[in-house]
Amino acid sequence: MSEGVDKSRRHFLTVATTVTGVVGAGFAAVPFLSSWKPSARAQALGAPVEADISKLQPGEMIRVGWRGQPVWILHRTEAMLKTLPEVGSFLRDPESEQPQQPAYATNESRSRKPEILVVIGICTHLGCVPAERFELAPADLGPDWQGGFYCPCHGSKFDLAGRVYKGVPAPLNLSVPRHRFLSDSLILIGDDMGVA
Amino acid sequence: MSTSHNEQGAAKRLLAWVDARFPLTKMINEHAAEYYAPKNFNFWYLFGVLSLVVLVIQLLTGIFLTMNYKPAAADAFASVEYIMRDVQWGWLIRYIHSTGASAFFIVVYLHMFRGLLYGSFKPPRELLWIFGMLIYVVLMGEAFMGYLLPWGQMSYWGAQVITSLFGAIPVVGDGLVEWIRGDFFISDITLNRFFALHVIALPLVLIFLVVAHILALHEVGSNNPDGVEIKNTKGPDGIPLDGIAFHPYYSVKDTVGLAVFLMAFCAVVFFAPDMGGYFLEHANFEPANAMKTPLHIAPVWYFTPFYAILRAVPDKLGGVILMGAAIIVLFLLPWLDRSPVRSIRYRGWLYKLPLGLFAAAFVMLGYLGMQPPTPTYTYLARLGTVIYFGFFLLLPWLSRVDKTKPVPERVTYHA
Repeated sequence: MSEGVDKSRRHFLTVATTVTGVVGAGFAAVPFLSSWKPSARAQALGAPVEADISKLQPGEMIRVGWRGQPVWILHRTEAMLKTLPEVGSFLRDPESEQPQQPAYATNESRSRKPEILVVIGICTHLGCVPAERFELAPADLGPDWQGGFYCPCHGSKFDLAGRVYKGVPAPLNLSVPRHRFLSDSLILIGDDMGVA
Repeated sequence: MSTSHNEQGAAKRLLAWVDARFPLTKMINEHAAEYYAPKNFNFWYLFGVLSLVVLVIQLLTGIFLTMNYKPAAADAFASVEYIMRDVQWGWLIRYIHSTGASAFFIVVYLHMFRGLLYGSFKPPRELLWIFGMLIYVVLMGEAFMGYLLPWGQMSYWGAQVITSLFGAIPVVGDGLVEWIRGDFFISDITLNRFFALHVIALPLVLIFLVVAHILALHEVGSNNPDGVEIKNTKGPDGIPLDGIAFHPYYSVKDTVGLAVFLMAFCAVVFFAPDMGGYFLEHANFEPANAMKTPLHIAPVWYFTPFYAILRAVPDKLGGVILMGAAIIVLFLLPWLDRSPVRSIRYRGWLYKLPLGLFAAAFVMLGYLGMQPPTPTYTYLARLGTVIYFGFFLLLPWLSRVDKTKPVPERVTYHA
């Protein structure tokens, strides 16, 4: 039997043990990292909600809470809808090319029914809730203002379809949640499976 | 007389007994009684010790706050009010903790600026500087998570804004935000998680880093206002000629500085605990409401310079990248500064002027970060951002061409 140390054998065993240990530690980390994901209860509480719009008159807006976020349902008037093509040149993404809405809301009014806008009222900049500013040409927003939403945190502006203006910090249009009409007066927010 | 003799003998025997089993005397000598610091320290050298004291204050008051605080969305706000109104002396413990958070950043910022003044980050102290920067980053995380715990409006929306920053990262951003929050929005789950990180995980990391910072300091030795390496001139006993033992010389001197600091600290705790809205923001006296954003959101003052940089960029991802870069670039300082001279006393105006501009820009950004973003302020924030990064980007060149004065062999000392 040799008295000398087989260095290459020792090196191989060291590397093999280290690699096995690192892989094992990686697998062991999975449960801990996964425990940070939304729990089953959080997912259940994030389930779809229904909103009754039978009393929503043209020009009015209601807020519905879904997943702790305010979802706005705005019943737009004819006059409001007419502003949408007019402001197009001031907008960053007037054609809704960014994936901020389901396919059925990728149109000029960003909605399933032209007059009913369903949108998440969270600024795409840093998550503040923009304020509704439906009046025309108020002093602080300038003579070109056609009505829309204004974020008080960092001054981002959105039109009446939740489309973001150019030259403001928010990068994207307001997000349209998945939703569907259960009837003419009932909207399900958070789910669009089944009939449209 | 013979009794005191015997007692002395007993104490010595006890110490010998301990020393044979644990390196007590050896440690005290290494880190205090025989740690030789330059004799020419000025008041800038107080802030390291003060940071350590504030850390202890935060740990102690924090432990007592957890005894009455409830980390649940339904109870958190009320439990803080309970501490303030019903717990005996609870108001004092909480105000010490909330004032301590701001005091921590005041002394740490001054401590870091001292490093910039006297070149304390330069070789061989690069790793010491990096440990310090890591402490600073962890401290920011600790402060951010602690600020969510009172569950007020500013707690909630501050956390909303800061966690949203991760959403700017392409592809994985949205999933990452959900993973950090543990929910689809800032909720009870997020609060509970931030509580765990704030009271267990980050304090442990912080203590570990502080120990590493001090060990690295005692390995390389302290810098001083002259930037002279005192180990280069040793006496026959091997002790630096310009060095004096940390204990008792600086332990006593630091105690005087500590007394002055505690006077100011207590004045805030007792007479202005919210510091006019700078230490405790007014919006945070309202419970968190996910459906309503406060009209004006600003982080606490110690984050506002970076917040101003974030807002100065009209692009979300760009703003987040620049804000991160503002912190990362500080880590690189030892390699950006090429000057052969450490202390500002012997450097030319090509360092003095940029450093002054940098400090002014930092303070200006801090102010702008608290204000609403008007066009003028946004323009100023962009100017401040350019100066901030300009300082670091021009430093490799400026520090090489700068005309320095000759550095003396020994420290200058005016008794």
